[in-house]
Amino acid sequence: MELLAQTGDDSTRNLTLFLVIVMTLVTVFITIWGHRYTSTTADFHSGGRNFKSWQNGFAIASDYMSAASFLGIAGTIALYGYDGFLYSIGFLVAWLVALLLIAELLRNSGRFTVADVLSYRMRQRPVRTATAISTLSVSTFYLLAQMVGTGALIALLLGIQEGDTFMGMDADTAKIAGIVFVGAIMTFYVAFGGMKGNTWVQIFQAVILVGGAALLVFFVLMKYNFNISELLGQAAAASGHGTAFLEPGQTYGVEVDGDAMQTMWNKLSFLSLGLALVLGTAGLPHILIRFYTVPDAKTARRSINWAIGLIGSFYLMTLVLGFGAAAIVGYDAIVTQNAAGNTAAPQLAQTVGTDFGGSIFGAVLLAIIASAAMAAILSTVSGLVIAASSSFAHDLYNSVIKRGKATEQQEVKVAKFASIGVGAVAIVLAIFSQNLNVAFLVGLAFAVAASANLPTLLLSLFWKRFNTNGALWGIYGGLISALALVVFSPTFSSTPSSLLGEGVNIAWFPLTNPALVSIPFGLACAVIGTLTSNESNPSRFASMQVRALTGAGAERAAKH
Amino acid sequence: MADTPTREGPPPEVTEEQLVAMHDDPRFVDLKRRLFRFIVPATFGFLGWYLLYVLLSAYARDFMGIVLFGHINVALLLGLGQFVSTFGIAWAYSRYASRHYDDHADALHDEIVYGRED
Repeated sequence: MELLAQTGDDSTRNLTLFLVIVMTLVTVFITIWGHRYTSTTADFHSGGRNFKSWQNGFAIASDYMSAASFLGIAGTIALYGYDGFLYSIGFLVAWLVALLLIAELLRNSGRFTVADVLSYRMRQRPVRTATAISTLSVSTFYLLAQMVGTGALIALLLGIQEGDTFMGMDADTAKIAGIVFVGAIMTFYVAFGGMKGNTWVQIFQAVILVGGAALLVFFVLMKYNFNISELLGQAAAASGHGTAFLEPGQTYGVEVDGDAMQTMWNKLSFLSLGLALVLGTAGLPHILIRFYTVPDAKTARRSINWAIGLIGSFYLMTLVLGFGAAAIVGYDAIVTQNAAGNTAAPQLAQTVGTDFGGSIFGAVLLAIIASAAMAAILSTVSGLVIAASSSFAHDLYNSVIKRGKATEQQEVKVAKFASIGVGAVAIVLAIFSQNLNVAFLVGLAFAVAASANLPTLLLSLFWKRFNTNGALWGIYGGLISALALVVFSPTFSSTPSSLLGEGVNIAWFPLTNPALVSIPFGLACAVIGTLTSNESNPSRFASMQVRALTGAGAERAAKH
Repeated sequence: MADTPTREGPPPEVTEEQLVAMHDDPRFVDLKRRLFRFIVPATFGFLGWYLLYVLLSAYARDFMGIVLFGHINVALLLGLGQFVSTFGIAWAYSRYASRHYDDHADALHDEIVYGRED
């Protein structure tokens, strides 16, 4: 069954294009509306801090549910069965770290960025510089992952194959056009709408994404009379792996016959990935700064509950979509279209739709899922741009360069220019790194967030003795160890699927994910760095703790 | 602006001294205890349970593959169990905080910001 290539003829393409354009127009209007309310730094960085818990919950979910978690997880389940589900579990459980340990305290003790909390009782400039560097690194890797995925995805969603043309573009040109389009739109959202406009855009995109997925899940389940067990059985039978398809081990922690050593490394790599997933989320800057957009800690808590509900239900839906694609579309048809399985969900939409209501309904359902995927990409990418440009303007420009003396207008102006700069850099990087592996970049972002940001954030909130030296050692130690271990891992060289291919071999570190080593290493650096310096500021810790727990002295919502 | 009979207008700025002074107050010590009493065991609980699940997925595949009914096996059930426990802990924390934490935190907040009410 050749799907998009063949049936993705003009009617489907035009419908998809039409829906994407309508969606984009709506978001452009929202952004222009949001522009009227963005003048102060609190507006630009934190959207005026007046969002309700459900609004922030939807926006958080939108930030978090990227194309990688929609198309990626559904595709991984479709190709490798149960292991894709493992990924979504790590992503979901991670929210408890943010809920229990970080969100409320961060909301009360910070202003705009992660560095506000980390530098609260430290020497400002070195700590802000370090935090800005780790924020920009995490955001860039994550941004690049989204953008690289985008080009390929747009070509696929519009049904443009190698050798095929669309509106006069061949597949490669279409990919670049897609990257430039997404880059330009997201930059517009951020530079023009700031956090306020962007939050409303994200709320709208979350509705599209969750609604589109729910619709497809409904049709898939209807096909099996809402019998999940039957669906799983069909998926296992169609996969050719039998019951093993419903068990862990098809792609993570693979057991290699006769190679006990490799089996051990594979399993440790899997544990490492599990650790990075669960500890990385609460260190992602674009997620953390969303807690500043609500009036108080209680609302921050409730907004995470909304996000957990939305994200959890969404991952349960990807489970159905993944196994549904395995059963209905089948392995061969999926890998023919995209080797990584990224098109499993759109293919499923078309097949199921055609089954129910003929080819026209198939085209409609495909167009809806394609728009949902676009919404997932755009909302995550714009959240990342906000995080990066806020950190640049607030931490590097105002606090480090201007020593805190820049006016609000200057800071907002720099943030807007920074967002344009980040957008431009991301477009250029993405065009030149189209062959990078998306999973590699996402893994890297999570590993750095878990190794550099989370340990220092926790120590600064809970450890009285923690000081400037410890924060610097912790951030740089976690950041550098995570990056270095990836460079010397099999993901980077020595295997056919590595970044540098098989020819180069500098892979002395056997795990494909660094978190298992780099998180303890980052933590150890932070502790040793603290103990080797005499600096200590108990009264500042006292004031921070009172502020964090009671909310006294915390930033207040803007009155418009 | 909404009517707040006693505390209208923007709240006064809080000074560093006011915050520090509250830190050793027995009520603040109690507030800390109330928070930690939930988040410390809950954190160890969910991390331990998640770790157990990941370890089982890596090293106990025969166990994970046991079929319970139809095509539902232990692995799927434990995976769904992670979803249920995540939803459950989030719900329990909100309930705990609104019953045993928020009022106490608000009382201290008001006292620091507006002064002791006599």
